[in-house]
Amino acid sequence: MGTFHNDKGELHGITVVVDTDGPEVFVGRCHEVTPVGVVLLDVDVHSAEAGAGDDQRASKDAWVRRAARFGVWGRHRHLVVPSERVASICRLGDVAVE
Amino acid sequence: MPYSPMLVKPMREELTSAGVEELLTPADVDRWMGQREGTALLIVNSVCGCAAGAARPGVRAALQGPARPDRVATVFAGQDVEATAKARAYFADIPPSSPSMALYKDGELVYFVPRHRIEGRSAQEVAADLTQAFERCVAETAASR
Repeated sequence: MGTFHNDKGELHGITVVVDTDGPEVFVGRCHEVTPVGVVLLDVDVHSAEAGAGDDQRASKDAWVRRAARFGVWGRHRHLVVPSERVASICRLGDVAVE
Repeated sequence: MPYSPMLVKPMREELTSAGVEELLTPADVDRWMGQREGTALLIVNSVCGCAAGAARPGVRAALQGPARPDRVATVFAGQDVEATAKARAYFADIPPSSPSMALYKDGELVYFVPRHRIEGRSAQEVAADLTQAFERCVAETAASR
């Protein structure tokens, strides 16, 4: 059984991890991927500003692993991650759980 | 806003016809959660086609195995709002999502399946995960007695 909005793309309704090339990583339910950006619903965001380089990566990875186990609190009802900031998108369900 | 009861009815019956008890009020939830002994599965059902369409048949398939939990119940997110809120209060540290499933052993939460672990997966895959959790939980319960 698919979604009621099949025109929105394969990630519509799927909880995704949107990583950026900066300190922030987002987890939320994908509504749509557009040329402007990734439209997310019920979003939480982690900012690894305290560290840089490997520390920043480790901080993001640890936060995503926690999110993969139980999910995230929807701290933002609606949020758009601009396309130019998106480094990668993957399904949260594909992230290995510890 | 809740969906039409006519739309939701078959989604309810997909579980209740497999012997899953429906908890419609907060009092129902408290009564069910108050029985702590043994193994128990609580399913947060939902209309969501992205995940619930695999969750319900996955649950049905898993419940046909030999390691079925002692008690199985469901609340319906977005429909039975107060009952769902009460159920979620029993695992308040976990972000709410639906569908989702919580497996208890003697009143303790031992396994949780959030919505994102159901999205994009087949009913067979959901059933396989649940069956594995049931078998582990039932075996541990038997060993402790």
